[in-house]
Amino acid sequence: MTELGPGPSFLEYLNRDRPDLLPGTRAALPADAGAQVPHGTTIVALAYADGIVMAGDRRATMGNVIASRRIEKVFETDTYSVIGIAGAAGLAIDIAKLFTVELEHYEKIEGTRLSLDGKANRLASMIRSNMPMALQGMSVVPLFAGFDTFSGSGRIFSFDITGGLYEEVEHHSIGSGSPYARGALKKLWQPGLGATAAVQVAVEALYDAADDDSATGGPDTVRGLWPVVYTVDSSGAHRVEDAILADMAADIIATRTASGRES
Amino acid sequence: MSAQYYVSPEQLMKDRADFARKGIARGRAVITASCADGIALIAENPSGSLHKIGEIYDRIAFAAVGKYNEFESLRQAGVRYADTRGYSYSRYDVTGRGLASVYAQSLGAVFTAEAKPFEVELAVLELGATPPQDTLFSLNFDGSIAEQPGFIIMGGDTPALREAWNAYWSGKDLAAAGIDEVIRAAALVLPGVGESAGDAHLLEVAMLERSTSTGSHRHFRRLDDPTIARILGAGK
Repeated sequence: MTELGPGPSFLEYLNRDRPDLLPGTRAALPADAGAQVPHGTTIVALAYADGIVMAGDRRATMGNVIASRRIEKVFETDTYSVIGIAGAAGLAIDIAKLFTVELEHYEKIEGTRLSLDGKANRLASMIRSNMPMALQGMSVVPLFAGFDTFSGSGRIFSFDITGGLYEEVEHHSIGSGSPYARGALKKLWQPGLGATAAVQVAVEALYDAADDDSATGGPDTVRGLWPVVYTVDSSGAHRVEDAILADMAADIIATRTASGRES
Repeated sequence: MSAQYYVSPEQLMKDRADFARKGIARGRAVITASCADGIALIAENPSGSLHKIGEIYDRIAFAAVGKYNEFESLRQAGVRYADTRGYSYSRYDVTGRGLASVYAQSLGAVFTAEAKPFEVELAVLELGATPPQDTLFSLNFDGSIAEQPGFIIMGGDTPALREAWNAYWSGKDLAAAGIDEVIRAAALVLPGVGESAGDAHLLEVAMLERSTSTGSHRHFRRLDDPTIARILGAGK
């Protein structure tokens, strides 16, 4: 039988013809490698009436040192989906970039977009192929969310380092600050939130995570750095403007200052 | 063992070129033109799913006439080339010129070395900031490449189409025209299509938009039938 071409997957094409360009094919790492590279932390995602919101703080840490105050960990992967990544930052950004090309490549070769489930499955297999690195402390754990054009609703997917894929309902958070963010989401999230209210909930959940987790950065009023927040609805993915986030952060700080409570 | 007859290189190349030219002329034509709104790509193509026009990268598009399986494999190879380059260097390092010269090399190699030349003609189009900065490359079955100012017409009875197209634009400025007018002009020139809304399904239309409404880095947009019908209908 004639051999068929590499198909619509960019990843499979690289695997076959350009394995040198893949992120996971590096030499074995020293045992403590995980502690020596910057790590990204908290990402939150929640569903609202028209779609989903995803937000990430701006801090990357290397052990107890702040490696970056302005890192971006939430990316638009295509018109209808976003990815947020926690874990080894360099590898995570590589995987997000490769995944973005993978989706665009499929769309151009096939002339049609992947379904949201198809995208999540593709990402799961990319995380699975990173297993050897994950076992050396270079784990990458994404949170993936998007607007499902078939069902007409927003959906959220989480992953483990083995490539396990889990669909989340209502909301989810990953990274070191996620236990605190999740607590906040449980109290603040409500069914049928509007877009602005949902962004507010995401920013406040990140604020709570930063309050208790040293690896999560809070709003930086000195440098004017705010979380990276995306909304995805039937019109596509949109990044929330800094001016809006600055106002929301100012409100949260003012409210908490006024209440003067310890926790 | 039978001895091979001697065929002079001139004769061999001429035969191959005649063969390829015949194959290309049998197909329907494609018109691509640079105008104020961007680069318009218009093909006479009744199929809604087998495309003659495709997206390659952010500001680069592809159009072809001839044998579908041959130009489709070239289109896919082009997408792979562009995505690999953009992924390993940067999105800015993917250029129409680079892609066109890769195509020229592979078409040339097939023309001289393979049993049968490709029966295709290609256009590689790169959007610039203004119409004079657009680059339009036309590529022939033998690997010859040319940069064309303004527009490219390929396939079908090309000389007749070019004449009709030039007649339409004489006294009018193509570079200053809007996309709607370019689409209507192409519909008028392409032989199997008329300038009426009912003929929308006979056309395949896409464009490289000079300014994208979403702010996306991807400038390629395919127009759906209702949009084409509206544009053709508005001409009456």
